[in-house]
Order: sequence, then C-alpha cells, then structure tokens
Amino acid sequence: MLDYATLRVIWWALLGTLLIGFAIMDGFDFGVAGLLKGLGRDNEERQVLLEGIEPTWEGNQVWFILAGGATFAAWPMLYAVSFSGMYFAIALVLLALILRPVGFNFRGKIHDPRWASLWDWVLTGSGLAVMLLAGVAFGNLFLGLPFRFDDDLRMSWHGGFLDLLHPFALLCGLISLAMLLAHGACFAAFKADHAIAARAVAIARWTTLVFAALYVLAGLWLAWGVPGYAVVGPAATEGVSNPLFKQVAVGGSWFASYLQYPWFWTAPLLALAAAVGVQVLVGRRNMAGFLASSVMVGGTIASAGFALFPFLLPSSLDPHSSLTVWDASSSRGTLQLMLVATAVLLPVVILYTGWVYRVMRGRVTLEQVRKAHGGY
Amino acid sequence: MILIDTDVVTLSRLQFALTALYHFLFVPLTLGLVWMLAIMESVYVMTGREVWKRMVQFWGVLFGINFAMGVATGVTMEFQFGMNWAYYSHYVGDIFGAPLAIEGLMAFFLEATLIGVFFVGWDRLSRIKHLLVTWFLALGTSLSALWILVANAWMQHPVGSAFNPATMRMEVTSFSEVLFNTVAQEKFVHTVSAGYVLGAMFVLSISAWYLLRGRNVDFAKRSMTVAASFGLAAALSVVVLGDESGYGVSLNQKMKMAAIEAMWETEPAPAPFTVFGLPDLEQRTTHYALKIPWVMGLIGTRSLDQTMPGINELVDDAKGRIGNGIQAYDAMLMLRQNKDDAQAKATLAAHDKDLGYALLLKKYVDDPRRATPADIQQAADSTIPNVPVLFWSFRIMVACGFYFIALFALSFWKASKRTLDSQRWYLRLALWSLPLPWIAIELGWIVAEYGRQPWAIEGVLPTALGVSAVSTGQILTSLGGFVLFYTALAVVDAVLMLKFARKGPDGLGIWPPATTVLSSDRP
Repeated sequence: MLDYATLRVIWWALLGTLLIGFAIMDGFDFGVAGLLKGLGRDNEERQVLLEGIEPTWEGNQVWFILAGGATFAAWPMLYAVSFSGMYFAIALVLLALILRPVGFNFRGKIHDPRWASLWDWVLTGSGLAVMLLAGVAFGNLFLGLPFRFDDDLRMSWHGGFLDLLHPFALLCGLISLAMLLAHGACFAAFKADHAIAARAVAIARWTTLVFAALYVLAGLWLAWGVPGYAVVGPAATEGVSNPLFKQVAVGGSWFASYLQYPWFWTAPLLALAAAVGVQVLVGRRNMAGFLASSVMVGGTIASAGFALFPFLLPSSLDPHSSLTVWDASSSRGTLQLMLVATAVLLPVVILYTGWVYRVMRGRVTLEQVRKAHGGY
Repeated sequence: MILIDTDVVTLSRLQFALTALYHFLFVPLTLGLVWMLAIMESVYVMTGREVWKRMVQFWGVLFGINFAMGVATGVTMEFQFGMNWAYYSHYVGDIFGAPLAIEGLMAFFLEATLIGVFFVGWDRLSRIKHLLVTWFLALGTSLSALWILVANAWMQHPVGSAFNPATMRMEVTSFSEVLFNTVAQEKFVHTVSAGYVLGAMFVLSISAWYLLRGRNVDFAKRSMTVAASFGLAAALSVVVLGDESGYGVSLNQKMKMAAIEAMWETEPAPAPFTVFGLPDLEQRTTHYALKIPWVMGLIGTRSLDQTMPGINELVDDAKGRIGNGIQAYDAMLMLRQNKDDAQAKATLAAHDKDLGYALLLKKYVDDPRRATPADIQQAADSTIPNVPVLFWSFRIMVACGFYFIALFALSFWKASKRTLDSQRWYLRLALWSLPLPWIAIELGWIVAEYGRQPWAIEGVLPTALGVSAVSTGQILTSLGGFVLFYTALAVVDAVLMLKFARKGPDGLGIWPPATTVLSSDRP
C-alpha cells in the first residue's frame, strides 16, 4: 500500500490529468461551438462543423463529469467549497452544459432555419460561456477565494459573483477563451470541408498569437502583481485532512514552487513552444497542428497547477483555511481504492475512445451534409 | 458556529426533489428502451431481416431525444451536491463520492462514447460490430444505474464507514461492505426493472396507437411482441424484487417501513396489512383503516412470530439514541481540545453510531449538550416522515406494479395467439396505460427518498445539516432558472417526441423502405 503523501501527490496529478483531458478532449468541442457563427457562414457550413464533433462530443464531456466526480471522491472539500462558493459561476456553467446535449440532438430535428439558428446561438453561447468562466475560475485560485471554516469544518463564503471578475481573473478567462478557440480551429482545420478548413487555419494562427501574448502577460502579472501563498513550516504531508491545522503566509511569490522544483518550467515552456508549433504546422500538417494545440492546452493548465502547488484553493479571507494537497484529500483508503479503479478503467476508456475516433475518421464534407439532408 | 437557515434547507430540498424527479422521467426510459433496441438489433443480426434494423432506427430516434434529456438533467445532479449540499459533500464525500466517480469511469464514459457511433455508425461498421456497440450501450446504462444506486443505498443503509473526529466526517472502513450492501443489490434490480417496464410500455403504447390507426401494422406488431415479452419479465421482476426491497427496508429502515404502513403502535405478530385508511399525523392514528390480518408480518419479517415496531415505539427508541448521541457529541468536542483524551475516545467509540441523533437537535438548539427534554422530544418526533404521503405513494405504486403484470401477461398471450390487433379495447388500454409506469416510478422515488427524511444519511446526517452556506436569494435564483429552463426543455421534448411518434416509421421513410435511406441520418 502506498503511503498517504504519495497517494495525495498522485491524486493531485490525476486531478490535473482529468482537467487537462477535459480541456483537450471537450475543449475543441467548445472551441468549434464558439466558432460556429464566425467560421460557419451558412447553415450547411455550420452543419459540417457540428457533424465533425457530434459523434464524439458526448464522450468528451464525460471528462468533465469525471473530473467533477473524482474531485468529489478524492478532494471532497475542494468540491464542496468551489461549487457552493462560486455559486453563480457554477450555475452558469451548469446551464451551458445542460443546453449542449439537447442542442446537439434537437437542432436537426425540425427543418426550419430559425430553429437551427436558435440552437446555433445556444451552442455558441454555451461554448463561449464555459471557456471564459473556466479561465476566470482558474484565475481566482491565484487571488484566493473568500471562504473560511468553523470548527465543525462548515464553510462560509463572504463574496458574490461580481467579486470573481477581478481584472487578473478576466485575463485568465481570455487566455482560456483564446486557447480553446485556437484548439477548436485546429480541430476544424483537419476535420471540416477544405473550404471551411482554410478559414479555420487563419483563425487558429491569430488566436494562438493572442493566447501566447496574454499568457506571457499573465505570467508577468502573476510574478509582480499577485501575492503568492505559502505554508508556514514543514508541510505535514501525512497529516489528517483538516485544513485548520496549518499556518499560511501571504505575500510571497506564486513562482516559489518553480524555484523549488525547476523541472516545473517544462510546462510553460512546452505551452509556448507548442504555440509556435501551431503557427508552423496548422495549414500544412493539420493533424500535427491539432496535436500541437493539445500540448499547448495541457502545458498551460499544468503550468497553473504547478504554480499553485501545494495549494488547491487558497483562502483570501482566512489563509489558514486554504485547501492544500496535504489537508483536503479523502482518507487513504478511498484514495487507494480510487487509484486502483482509475488505473484499471481509464486505459479501457482511452482504448474504446480511440476506436470510436478511428471509426469516425475523415473529413466531413459539404457534399455529405447535402446528401444526408434528403433523408426526410 | 453558523446557524442554519431553515429557508435554505427547504429551498435546497425543493430544488433537489424537483430536479431529481425531473431527471428520473428520462433515465428509466433510457434504461428500458436501450435493451429493447439491443433485442431488436439482435434479431436483425440473427435473421438478417431488414425490418428489424428499421425498428432499431425508428425507436432509436425517440431513444435519442430522451437520452439527450437524461444526460442534460443528469449533469445537474452531480453539480447540485456541491452547490447546495456542501456540508453533505464534505461530511460523506469520502464514501459517497467514490461510486459516483466510478460510475463516470465505468459506465457513463461507455454510454456517452458509444451513443454517437450508435446513430451514425450504421454505414461504417459491420453488423456484428454495430450490434456490439448497441449491447455495450445498454450495458453502460445499466451499469450507470448500478453505481448510482450503490451510492444511494449507502444513504439508506450506511455500512462500511465510521466517523472520524479529526476530519469531522465519515470515512470508509470497508469498501466491499459499501459495494456489496444488500440494499444496493435490491434497489438496483428493482429500479432497473422499473425502467425496463417503462421502456416496454413506451413501445407497447405507441405501437398500439399505430394499430388503432391501421398504420405500420406489421412494424407495430413486431414491436409489441418484443415489448410484451420483455415487459412481462420486467413487471414480474419489479414486483418480486420490490418485495425483496421492502423486506430490506423492514430490516434496515424500520421507521420508513412503519410510516409506509401507517403502523402507529407495535402490532402483535404477525402484523396486519392496512389496505385502505386515512393516516392522521396529528393524532397519530389511521382513520377508517381496512386491515388484512397477517399479511404485513409475512411480507416484512417473513415469519409468524417476529413483531414489527410501530412508529410510537420507534420514537421512544430515537429518544434513547439521542441521549447516547449527546454523549458522543460531548466526547467529540473533548477530542477536539485534546486528541489523546483516552476516556473521550472510549465514549465516542461506544456511541458514535448515535452521533447523528445528537445532530438532529441542531435544528432546535445550537449546542446539543444543552438540549432540554422538550428539545429531545421534538427531535425524536422529527424522525417520523410524512406518513400519509408515504402510505398512499406506496399503495399506488404497488397497485401499478400488479396492473403491469396483468397488462403484459395479456399482451404476451395475445402476441403468442397473434391477436394483438383483434380488439380495439385492448389497444386503447395499452395506449392509455403509457403514463402509469412514470407515475409508479416517481412515487417509488418519493417512497425511497422522502421516506428517509429527516435524514440525508439514515441515522448519520440530518438533511438540514447538509446544506451549503448559500443565501435563499442564490437558491431562489437557481431554482427559478431551473423551473424556467426545465419547463422550456420539457415542452421541446414533448413536441419532438410527439412529432416523431406521430410521423411514425412510415412518415419518416424508415419503413417501408423509401428511395432515400435514413441510415446516414443523425440522432
């Protein structure tokens, strides 16, 4: 049996893996949905874009559901505090997620341009909202969130939705938006009809540039403008999961963990290198371009997670209520069991997901869409 | 110490009940219909007859609409624990979260990944491969129900776990006990069977409508034959395993059982079964009770000599457990001061099973140790669920169950005699029975969940303590949003379902085969 500290680090890495899996797999669905109105010029073109993601988006979204479920199981306090605290932000994301399955399914069920257009707007809006809010939420982690625990570990929250819209958090929202639009465009570049793909390439190029510029800007802002959090004294890595047993100092640097573990630098460097890779590859070797944008997405999220380490959810109101990797996990038994379940089941998931993508491979052409329209 | 706002509790419960009942309109149909698709497609692959493939495609269109609604409303359930039930999530996430996460890994991933290929893969896959996709899709949906019900069963009968004062929460002591919880197995089979009944009724009713109109006759008769056989097996299973589930409740949730029976006093064994009556919560009696001797004792204890405790006796038991719980609570606070206090540890170990009963007092007094005898009486009385609602929900559900057996047995007999379309009254009966499985299923949810009140986790965590530190304004806003969006979605869902059911296989060009082929059509 693995020791408690190791299990916690593994589950921290797995949480990151699931979030990155979500951002890569469902991110391009959101990106394509967000580009639906801009990239698809008429109903048929939008149909092409949607058919590119329709057979697989539902499975992709399970990455998010699973990230939520795994957080509930492995980091119950993180789940409880973030979902109840960022109440309206989460409610908006939820609303967007509710509208997606019905949007995809219902759009083609009535042949009326107004009906299709309604659902196009719904899918575009929900895509943009989730991409933006996910980034805003991540940005707020660095600023700290206004919560504290009482002795029964009942959480209270002292802030509203508008407090989440700090300029730094909004910048993170824009990074997320640019990154996933670029990712979606890279997907469209190899999945959609050539006519649409050519335009997608152009969008992929400039959104990647915007992403890279904003990402560097956020890094500089984080280094000089956002105070970091640090646990005082040696971390009780094997301690009980009760956040009230530690002291936290505010005012250091969020780059402290990068100084402590220099290999963390690989994440931001990979993200930027991949952004260059997207510029070079997209339009020439589109599959490789999509892989590059996937690395860009993964590197970006990992770089944020690394900077926060060992924090999961810092508290601005009462820093010693902050949740860290060492004091917000489930019991050792649950972490162990969930690790076994994940180790057995996740590879199976990846296998059959790969099979489905192989079955559905190939571009979706305008011609196909026109032909299928005669169906009824 | 943060006082709990009772309005927040009420609104959170209302939101949970509404969204769960709504979600549960779609999930059981998915559970049942997908197996009908799997059976039909198996016949297609075995016989090679095109009509069976077209049956899968037609019922698949309706399945797809319903599936989307099930997925959309299911996301709400996962979010809601964190949003509105934060303390619950903290207090039991160590145990409750695991089956939810495994559900995602083992089941939801499978069904969500395969659903797209199911619809668009007809031309891309061999017959056998597509059949496998359908079977795994069906397997995925039922596995999904399994893990959700493992989680739910733990709420009804919290085994394999213990309170940890250092982390202020319940933690797993034996995951195999949680997994092999007998309540989980009974609930799983009962619930999926109920879904199978609904799926069969759905096909039976809509097919009967075609026969009444003289449309799609061949297509509808085949569909009805599948529905009749599958439905009969499912209806028998739902009643037999419902009885098993009832036996489980009488062992593990005595108060819920007594409330369902409106059994105020402990009756001499074997207890009678009250067929009819008007339970009165105020006076704790049942007016106009019509009782059949022996039956309840036989169902509930499967013996002639064991008594089943009545509500009043159980309230007295609760009073004793509240007393023990206060000792556990006191010990817990002492351990917070000094975690090595040996005496407090021993006290907590002796009474930690009753700690939840002390938490019932938090509704009336901030510190349970200062509770007056009146507070304790009030807390003990609060363990009585809403007897009249449970009494009637249960009876209507059971009556529906027996009706399903009769209807599907009749359908099965007519299908084997090849006289399905010979009598219009039968077809009308089949058509108008369509809402009944939904009614029975929703009432079943009410019996199980409303019947567990005041507990979120039976005997461990009172529902009122599980809420988040959110304001009534926040919940009202999200509740309003849900009512608005769910109503809009319900209208769209109903319009689309009716549209496609009315169009039918003939109107959609699915059967008889038209010149243009639907196989490339999307979900």
